[in-house]
Amino acid sequence: MANPNVVLHVADVHKRFGGLHALSDIDLQIEEGKTHAIIGPNGAGKSTLLNVIIGKLAPSSGQVVFDGNVLTGKKPYQINQLGIARVFQTPEIFADLSVLHNVMIPALAKRDGMFTLNMMRSLESETGIRAKAEHMLEDVGMLNRRDMLAGSLSRGDKRRMELAMCLIQHPRLLLLDEPTAGMSRHDTNTTIELLKKIKARGMTKVIIEHDMHVVFSLADKISVLAQGRIIADGTPDQVRGNPKVQEAYLGGAH
Amino acid sequence: MPKFMSRNDLLLFAGFSLVVLTMPIWLAPFGAGYPDLLQRFMIFGIFAVGFNILFGLTGYLSFGHAAFFGVGSYAAVWSFKLLTLDAIPAMIFAVVISGLFALVIGFLCLRRSGIYFSILTLAFAQMSYNLAYSVLTPITNGETGLQLTLSDPRVIDAAVGQGFVGQPVPNILGQQLSGYAGFYFCAGFLILAFFIAQRIAGSPFGMMLKAIKSNQTRMQFTGFNTRPYALSAFVISGMYAGLAGALLAVTDPLAGAERMQWTASGEVVLMTILGGVGTLVGPVIGAWIIKYFENILSALNDNILARFWSFLPEGVADVLVKVTSKFVGDGWHLTLGLAFVIVVIFLPGGIMEGVRRVAGLFRRSGSSGAKTAPQTQPAE
Ligand SMILES: Nc1ncnc2c1ncn2[C@@H]1O[C@H](COP(=O)(O)OP(=O)(O)OP(=O)(O)O)[C@@H](O)[C@H]1O
Ligand SMILES: [Mg+2]
Repeated sequence: MANPNVVLHVADVHKRFGGLHALSDIDLQIEEGKTHAIIGPNGAGKSTLLNVIIGKLAPSSGQVVFDGNVLTGKKPYQINQLGIARVFQTPEIFADLSVLHNVMIPALAKRDGMFTLNMMRSLESETGIRAKAEHMLEDVGMLNRRDMLAGSLSRGDKRRMELAMCLIQHPRLLLLDEPTAGMSRHDTNTTIELLKKIKARGMTKVIIEHDMHVVFSLADKISVLAQGRIIADGTPDQVRGNPKVQEAYLGGAH
Repeated sequence: MPKFMSRNDLLLFAGFSLVVLTMPIWLAPFGAGYPDLLQRFMIFGIFAVGFNILFGLTGYLSFGHAAFFGVGSYAAVWSFKLLTLDAIPAMIFAVVISGLFALVIGFLCLRRSGIYFSILTLAFAQMSYNLAYSVLTPITNGETGLQLTLSDPRVIDAAVGQGFVGQPVPNILGQQLSGYAGFYFCAGFLILAFFIAQRIAGSPFGMMLKAIKSNQTRMQFTGFNTRPYALSAFVISGMYAGLAGALLAVTDPLAGAERMQWTASGEVVLMTILGGVGTLVGPVIGAWIIKYFENILSALNDNILARFWSFLPEGVADVLVKVTSKFVGDGWHLTLGLAFVIVVIFLPGGIMEGVRRVAGLFRRSGSSGAKTAPQTQPAE
């Protein structure tokens, strides 16, 4: 790796589903502390790329390196323990548990590791973790919903809670798959502010987003994906002016 | 530790203990206040509480838990035969052996989840049953069942010079466990078993089990290796089953292969669902109800039914005797099946859901503003 600031290096990754080339020749370098947006039309392979990074899918060839660790071949929980958290496109939450417990669980994963047999301690005595979770919920504006069942939240609230579940782990790399989809304009703006705040704390982020308002207010760099290939990449201004991008993606919208 | 147990948990535990210890009194009017049946209430209560840790909390439905129950019985009887007639070493031995057995079976079965897991457990349990029935006859005494004999070595008893006259019976520190002594012995273990289950459910570990049931994928992407969690739950519930099996051997020192049959595995599933999956007291109540009706209904026969319907005209009475006789005696499983279907259709959360609904009705009529109260987690 030439650039010492690169934390995540997706190197020559290919992913095929039968005859479908979902990802071809992907080479991506994400710099520490930066917000890197990935945009592209539906079915371009954006979610698939995140799936390869977090170990949900194995690449057909190529590998992913995070901070000197080869992620390819590692289990999802090992990859998380290295400091990568993800918000999914369709929220992955504990629908049968309370909002507070949903946020306490990732905090316990961070503190106690991937397995501990702490069954004689009472949950009531976890005051530190509880306080942290409540603080986190306050940050995303959901403290008043902490005793609700997570499954009964609105779509936008599920997303905000999932974001809180990721943020409480203080990951080094946060992957966001359309984090504002299904949110009202107001909640979208709150989320943008929150993401800007954590950027100030130096968290590296990869964000997939269809909402160009969100993309251009957050991203330091943008990669454009179409039919499994990166067709353009650069600063927001460079990408905005790129005719290939206009044609493949922005053209339809503007 | 700042908070050992919340006030609600303490109240629940105290209430449960009180109900259990006073059973001989309040069950007497129902014709169930005798030690032999009460012991079975305790034993199957323990079995169901443990089963719920795997099925109710973690969401893995095992169809083979009778195997661990049976292994517990065999282990206890062997302890009586080889070591001593004292019950405590037998129970420790049984819990350890069934725990090890569950570790092996659980390790293999947990490579799959959902229906494939269930089928694997069923297959292993049927294998164990067949082994106990035939191949392992030297250990299990096959069809006849494993029994105590006068010629058993009982090395510890022999070493301390304790001899017995007549039929050997298990005891505790020389105290015989017949009658109510046996019941209180079993009741003590049920209360202990309940306490441990309550602690597990209220611990961070218990929350992880519930989270696995809720969304295993999220658990993995949150940094948890879910396999050892599920395996721990499996082993714990296997040890509970072994403890229950051992207690059955203490009260009746004979272990037979039929205890491991799939019908016995299915029974504990029914108990848990009937009472309320995932609740603490539900499975115990389910076990009590099933054992109670088994006792009442399987004792009925045509003569008793004829007397019961005798107030009706003869022709009608005959028909009713014919029909109802299919539901009692050996046919009581038909009644059980029917009751089970009705509960699952109308009260999918089991009896505990019924209790919650009734309590909810009372609360609503108590305070009119309760309707706008925010939705909270169901109480456990
Ligand atoms: N597990 C899978 N098996 C087979 N095909 C898949 C799988 N996952 C994704 N695909 C296919 O790969 C292609 C890329 O899908 P992907 O979900 O990555 O798109 P995306 O860019 O995230 O789209 P969207 O904006 O709609 O979320 C699609 O054609 C999809 O049908
Ligand atoms: Mg997608």
